[in-house]
Amino acid sequence: MSEQPVAARPIRRRVVTEEVHEGPVRAHAYVCEAASCLSAQSHDLMLRIGETAAEAGLSDVVVKRVGCLGLCAAGPLVEIPETGQLFERLTPADAGTVVAALKAVRPTDERRPQGPFFEKQLRVATENMGRIDPESLEDYVERGGFEALRKVLTEMTSSEVRDEITRSSLRGRGGAGFPTGLKWTTVAKAEGKQKYVICNADEGDPGAFMDRSVLESDPYRILEGMAIAAFAVHATEGYIYCRAEYPLAVARLRTAIRNAQRAGFLGVGINDTSFSFDVQIRLGAGAFVCGEETALIASIEGKRGTPRPRPPYPAVEGLFDCPTLINNVETFANVPTIIRKGADWYADIGIGKSKGTKVFALAGRIVNTGLVEVPMGMSLREIIYDIGGGIIDGRPFKAVQTGGPSGGCIPAQHLDIPVSYESLIELGSFMGSGGMIVMDDTSCMVDVAKYFMDFCRDESCGKCVPCRVGTTQLWMLLDQITQGRATMADLAQLERLAGIVARMSLCGLGQGAPNPIFSTLRYFRDEYLAHIVDKVCPAGVCTIEQPAEVMA
Amino acid sequence: MPALYAKPSPPTDDKRWKIVDTRMRRMGDRPAALIEALHAAQEAFGYLDEGALHYVGDTLGVPPSRVYGVATFYSFFVLKPQGEHTCVVCTGTACYINGAKDILAGLHRELGVRPKETTADGKVSLLTARCVGACSLAPAVIIDGEVRGKVSAGDLIAQLEAM
Repeated sequence: MSEQPVAARPIRRRVVTEEVHEGPVRAHAYVCEAASCLSAQSHDLMLRIGETAAEAGLSDVVVKRVGCLGLCAAGPLVEIPETGQLFERLTPADAGTVVAALKAVRPTDERRPQGPFFEKQLRVATENMGRIDPESLEDYVERGGFEALRKVLTEMTSSEVRDEITRSSLRGRGGAGFPTGLKWTTVAKAEGKQKYVICNADEGDPGAFMDRSVLESDPYRILEGMAIAAFAVHATEGYIYCRAEYPLAVARLRTAIRNAQRAGFLGVGINDTSFSFDVQIRLGAGAFVCGEETALIASIEGKRGTPRPRPPYPAVEGLFDCPTLINNVETFANVPTIIRKGADWYADIGIGKSKGTKVFALAGRIVNTGLVEVPMGMSLREIIYDIGGGIIDGRPFKAVQTGGPSGGCIPAQHLDIPVSYESLIELGSFMGSGGMIVMDDTSCMVDVAKYFMDFCRDESCGKCVPCRVGTTQLWMLLDQITQGRATMADLAQLERLAGIVARMSLCGLGQGAPNPIFSTLRYFRDEYLAHIVDKVCPAGVCTIEQPAEVMA
Repeated sequence: MPALYAKPSPPTDDKRWKIVDTRMRRMGDRPAALIEALHAAQEAFGYLDEGALHYVGDTLGVPPSRVYGVATFYSFFVLKPQGEHTCVVCTGTACYINGAKDILAGLHRELGVRPKETTADGKVSLLTARCVGACSLAPAVIIDGEVRGKVSAGDLIAQLEAM
């Protein structure tokens, strides 16, 4: 895996005019250059648009790269923000089409709605995505960037910052939903000269790419969020632990850190105050378990990423045995906006104990694969059908998998339930980091459970027995079922063992590993029975050889 | 520890060791730099051989057992030289339900390689990745660093055979 998934060549912003044209810019072309669109040649496309515009003598338009526009399924995407026009599935040869549209933009044009995929979203953590050049500090500052940090440093005390976050009811967006304000307060009160802030960007759930998109599209926001957190908990050093599989995100973060240091937003004496804070990047190396906070800390310390029992919690004894605040990328991304717009504004969004918005990555058998941010409390049906555009080829919806390998599959009868931390747990699933994999009738639910168990078996760090041995045994039982060789006794054994693994494992990986089994058994027990009793796979995914005695 | 001994010299006089040295020095040649150092060495040489593991361990004051433990714990590190080309098949959930399984089965049938293996002629190394984040292109593969989306087993095999 030493290969880099995305071409990491340097990418320059291309401004067609600026020096030529002094007046106001009439139109922009925003070209998405996040990983997904980049892999579909969006960089060449941007260069072609620039050249074509220059050839056409357009001197008052700006072609610029932006972060993720969200609708990854239709990439590469180009948007003209003045009119709201969106161009999908372009190739570099289509540059002329965009230039013609740029030519037609009039100063009186109004931005037209872009359809339910965009209009039904509420963007907080992703408010700058697709609006700014990810590496440009000027762009970020122009959109209110670092205002929150300045406000915190000049107008607030650290306890006021913590109170503000507490009042906003922000909860950890990494999955478990621990109240962020409470975590910050614990770290602030912990004794220790040296404290650390860590940003968990080890987004390991398969099918989840929210953090990647945020880092690739708006890296300064994470730095600002971390700096505010550091001020609130009295930390001076920060680490971003990012997956090595995200080379583009890492490259943009490095640029952002360098630029922020030069501009005095990181380093010694930020904003001419006595507050100092700096950030370093640490690369993961392909271990899913390192998303667990104690394993992540071990990994930053240069050790094998194995979790340890808690307490002591990292808030008291974390990195290099010092009090450490660990939050997820999306949690930090929310912080600057909360400080800027106020806790009350944020707490007004959402339902019950789940406030604010949540970013989801839609993938699987869904039309609009991509990245969306919606207020908590929106129903799954709205997310999947109105925003996501429904199932590919109009096939019947079967289940949506949330929460990654620790999550569960939610069937059609619960599509109208509002999404919140609590409601998903009630349904036997889990918010997780926000991946939503939609499945239609071509997916076998036993096979899906087996897939996730294979994942956990492979990623188990091996430290505790229930997880190391249990996940393998569970996988073998599931394998027997998918081959049509299992008996009802095996099914009983599967359920019993799943309970043991869930209760006895040391960390979240093992504790959550049986969840896909529990939830598929709860909603799709008939599929298990079909494999075991009738020896057929209803979805036609598993190959079941008919046993000899039945044939005879 | 490092203070007691003279700084070890690199296993070969290859200039790429300087890059590794710089990365380690920037982190104070402390044990915490181990993973960063392994990243640097793998970036420079493509894989980690025994000499590299020993050198990194000696420089940072980490015993060989721990260096080996870390290098084998993380799936990103490879201890064997890779084939001329690498093909990474994404096995994230979106790719899986869109047919990554068929691609792997096809590669095994036609080219005789399983994940983490290299074809007999040393041309292609097959790897898998836990989601490369290209879910909208599912099923996705990465051939020599370039992402190809919506691939079928047949096309991919033909392409790899032509290499």
